[in-house]
Amino acid sequence: MNVAVAVHDVRPEDMVGAAEAGPAPKRTVVAYGFWIFLLSDIVMFSAFFAAYAVLVRATAGGPTGAQLFNQVSVAIETACLLASSYTCGLMSLAIGSQRQRTTYLWAAITFALGAAFLALEIREFAAMIAAGAGPQRSAFLSAFFALVGCHGLHVSIGLVWLVVMMAQVAIKGFAATVERRLLCFSLFWHALDIIWVGLFTVVYLMGVSQ
Amino acid sequence: MTTTPYDRAPGDNSPSGRPQEADAYPLLVYTTGLFLAVLLTATSFWVANTSLLWPPGVALGLAVLAIAQMGVHLVFFLHITTGADNTNNVLALAFGVLIVALVIAGSLWIMDNLNANMAMPMNELMDLHMQH
Repeated sequence: MNVAVAVHDVRPEDMVGAAEAGPAPKRTVVAYGFWIFLLSDIVMFSAFFAAYAVLVRATAGGPTGAQLFNQVSVAIETACLLASSYTCGLMSLAIGSQRQRTTYLWAAITFALGAAFLALEIREFAAMIAAGAGPQRSAFLSAFFALVGCHGLHVSIGLVWLVVMMAQVAIKGFAATVERRLLCFSLFWHALDIIWVGLFTVVYLMGVSQ
Repeated sequence: MTTTPYDRAPGDNSPSGRPQEADAYPLLVYTTGLFLAVLLTATSFWVANTSLLWPPGVALGLAVLAIAQMGVHLVFFLHITTGADNTNNVLALAFGVLIVALVIAGSLWIMDNLNANMAMPMNELMDLHMQH
C-alpha cells in the first residue's frame, strides 16, 4: 500500500510533526498572541516616530531640540530603563525556577528603576512646560510630547501591571495563569526598552548632534 | 538532541519555559545582553557628542548603532532565535518590521518631496505676482 511505503520513508524524529502533535500549549498560544499585540503597538509607535521626524524642523520660531534637551538626564533615564530590562530578565529566571522571594526582589528593583525613569521624564516635561516649551508651542513640540509621552504612558501602565502581578503571585502563587501573565509582562517590558532605544537615538541624540 | 513539535513561546529562553541547567547559562545570556547594550548605548552617546567624526555621517552612524542594539535586545532579552521552533515568532516580527519601515520611510519620502516642491525662491514668487 502507498501509505505503508510513505511511513517507511519518514525518519523517526519526524514522526510527530506539528500537525500530529495537537494544539500548542496554552503558554505558547498566549505569548504568541501578546507578541502580535506588541508588534502592532510598535507599528503605532512608528507612526509617532514618522510624525516626529517630519515635524522636527517645524519649530515655529520656538526652541529647538538642541536648546531643550539635557543629555545627562537622558543618559540616566536610559541607564535606568536598560537596567530594569535586565532585572526583569532575572525576574523571569526566578519565576522559571519558582523562587518566590527572589521574584519579589527583582520585581521590586525593576519597579524602582522604572519609577526612577518616569520621575526623571516627568521632571523634564515639567521643566519644559514651565519654560514655555509645552506641546502647544510648535508642531515640533506637539510631536515630541506625543511620542515621548506615549512611551512614558506605556511605562506607567507597565508599573501598575507589575504591582498587580506581584499581588497575584502573593495570592495565587505560581499558577499556570499567573506564569503566563508574567511572561506577557516581561515581553511588554523588554519591548518598551527596544522602543526607548529608537527614541533616545532619534529624538535626543540626533536632536542634539544636529 | 530532541526536537519539540511545538513553537516556542516568544520570550522563553528554553523550549519549556523552565531553565534547563541550574541557572548559570540563562543568567549568562542576560548578562551578555546587558554588556553589549551598555557598550552600544555608550558608543551612541559618544558618537553624538564627539567632534572627531565627519558630522554628516553621525546621524547614519547613530541609526546603525540603534538598530544593532535593538537586535541585541531581541536576541538576548527576548530570546528570538533562528531555530525551527521560533519560525512563527520571527515571521510575525519580520512583518512588523516591514510595516514600520514602510510607515517611517514612506512618510519621510513623501513629506520631503512635498517640502521640496513647496519651497519656492522668493524672486520667482514675485514674478508670479507681477504676471497678474
